[in-house]
Amino acid sequence: MLDRLRNPWSDNRAELTLGAVSLLVGVCVIAMIVFVFARAWPIFEHNGLSWLGSGGSIKTQIANMQATGVNPPASAYYLRAWPIIYGTLLTTGIALLLGILIAVLSSIFIVELAPERLRRVAIPVIRLLASVPSVIYGLIGILVLVPFVGNHLITASQKTSVQNSVELTGEGLLVVAVTLTVMITPIMIALICEALMAVPRSWREGAVALGLNPLRAMLAVTLRAIRPAIVAAAVLATARALGEAVMISMVSGANFFAPSLSHGATIFLYEPLRTLASTIVDYREGIGAPALQSALYAFGALLLFSAFVLSIAGYLIKLPLRKYQVRA
Amino acid sequence: MNAFVPDLPVSPPPSSKPGRRSSLWSWRWSDRLVLLCAWTAGLGLCLIAAAIVLYMGYRGLEYLRPSLLVTRPAIGTSQSQTGGLLDPLIGTLLLTVIGIVLAFPLAVISAIWIAEYGRPSWLARVVESAIEIVAGTPDIVLALFGLTIFQLGVFAPLSFRAEGGGVYGRSFIAAGAMMSLIALPPLFVATRDGLRAVPAHMREAAFALGKTRIATIRRVLLPSVRSNIATGVTLGVSRIIGDTAIVVLVLGETLRIDTQGSIPGLNVLRGTGSTLTSYVFENSPAGEGEAPQKAYAAAFVLLVFVLGLNLLVGRIGRSQAQSTGMSGVGGVV
Repeated sequence: MLDRLRNPWSDNRAELTLGAVSLLVGVCVIAMIVFVFARAWPIFEHNGLSWLGSGGSIKTQIANMQATGVNPPASAYYLRAWPIIYGTLLTTGIALLLGILIAVLSSIFIVELAPERLRRVAIPVIRLLASVPSVIYGLIGILVLVPFVGNHLITASQKTSVQNSVELTGEGLLVVAVTLTVMITPIMIALICEALMAVPRSWREGAVALGLNPLRAMLAVTLRAIRPAIVAAAVLATARALGEAVMISMVSGANFFAPSLSHGATIFLYEPLRTLASTIVDYREGIGAPALQSALYAFGALLLFSAFVLSIAGYLIKLPLRKYQVRA
Repeated sequence: MNAFVPDLPVSPPPSSKPGRRSSLWSWRWSDRLVLLCAWTAGLGLCLIAAAIVLYMGYRGLEYLRPSLLVTRPAIGTSQSQTGGLLDPLIGTLLLTVIGIVLAFPLAVISAIWIAEYGRPSWLARVVESAIEIVAGTPDIVLALFGLTIFQLGVFAPLSFRAEGGGVYGRSFIAAGAMMSLIALPPLFVATRDGLRAVPAHMREAAFALGKTRIATIRRVLLPSVRSNIATGVTLGVSRIIGDTAIVVLVLGETLRIDTQGSIPGLNVLRGTGSTLTSYVFENSPAGEGEAPQKAYAAAFVLLVFVLGLNLLVGRIGRSQAQSTGMSGVGGVV
């Protein structure tokens, strides 16, 4: 047996072995989808797809799931998770809008405007920002930003005006959105910068020769050419933002509350919330209770599904990029 | 040579910068505003990064004592009694080793298969998209997946058991296996892109010398993509040490390394513990510890690791760029 291994491998055998090992990854992914959905199944079974909608208080529903212990009655599976889905969409949406704007502007800065010496600093800095662990962002959020917002930005009158429905401590939408933006922007910058550098210089020079100033040429020609790269970057950033659990769990106030504009736009920004991913982290201890476990896996299944959709979207978006020979 | 072409006066090469500067004030105000925004955004990000590093450095140096690195965490009422970072450090190291040891063969072999064989092509596409799905899956979902499979009866001996024999699916092995999925995509992409960048004539030369495909891969291709693999490993390590969700869910939340069973070595792997990230999380106001000083100290150590890995990636990338002429800001994600 050992002898056979020590002898030079025939190509055929090598190909088969390597192929078989590679397929393990595929098996892993299938197992992941199957197992997560299997555990989430009771929620789908009892609620259909209407658990994605709103109705009742999710706080009492989750508390009920926790309280019913190991043999939950069918009623314990009742779930309407709209508040946390809304929280997820809200935080991701705000962070994404801010992030795209900042990422495009700073990519232009890095590739075009920055003096050579500054550019040499900026690229590693962006790389560093992209690789700082989320728990460090969370720590800075909860120890620096939250006290600042809670003590200096939220006024006493704002606190009293909503004290019947929610307590404003500083943990909430604003801090989540700011921290999430700082987290996802570097990822987008990396892709956008790469695409910007790949656009042939002559295209823009042509525009400048026609009388546009360099910035206009940049916006009109280069940015237009890399639009698919910007969308691809946004897709990647969305995936990151949707799945961010620990940082949001630290700074969101961990409250089943859906921030509402009816309290006024500023208070809206200070209101606490929960997202799909952060709820899983918050309730990790209760995962032994079957009903709650099923709910948490249902949140995970929803995240998995959106990640799947996003990666298909990312693939479709990258297709037209090939036309410009831009790798993204 | 050609007498019919007159000697044109040589004009100075057009340089954009002086022209841009002098004409800046003739731009439309909206253009100037965009320019201002771009400068603000770029400089702002650099400032944020500098602020994060400096603030964490300041806090870290304020609270980190060398003795913290060699004492074990303990349960105490005040921050002076809760011990140090030894167990989280060991935990981070262990998870990194397990994760890379599991991910390395899988990623490199898949990359070789995809880049060099890739037949049938639909199957290769399936494997590639599977890796893309893993890359896009949030770590919290991977953690849920890990809990599920390690609660199965087959894997029960690999993880922590409760008093009554209940299987929690939480152990270093379980967390390390999930960490390997985190490290897999960057390692795979780095190796695959490296193999694809190897010029075809190197393979042809090896074939012409009578080497088989697999021998070519072993003797010619793998040595030439060594630096790509090194970059991939570094990226994978930095993903692993920065991950919190998997640690918090799958490693069990014991600050100290809790062993399981009596076989030395294996009992640690089957036991639960903590890493730097989960230590920061638990000691922040969000966890139970309420020991921000310890959290700052651990976060500082973590940040130093990440910075070091970043420098390493940069250095490997530079030496690669020197030897092959490739460069770029890629490889960030």
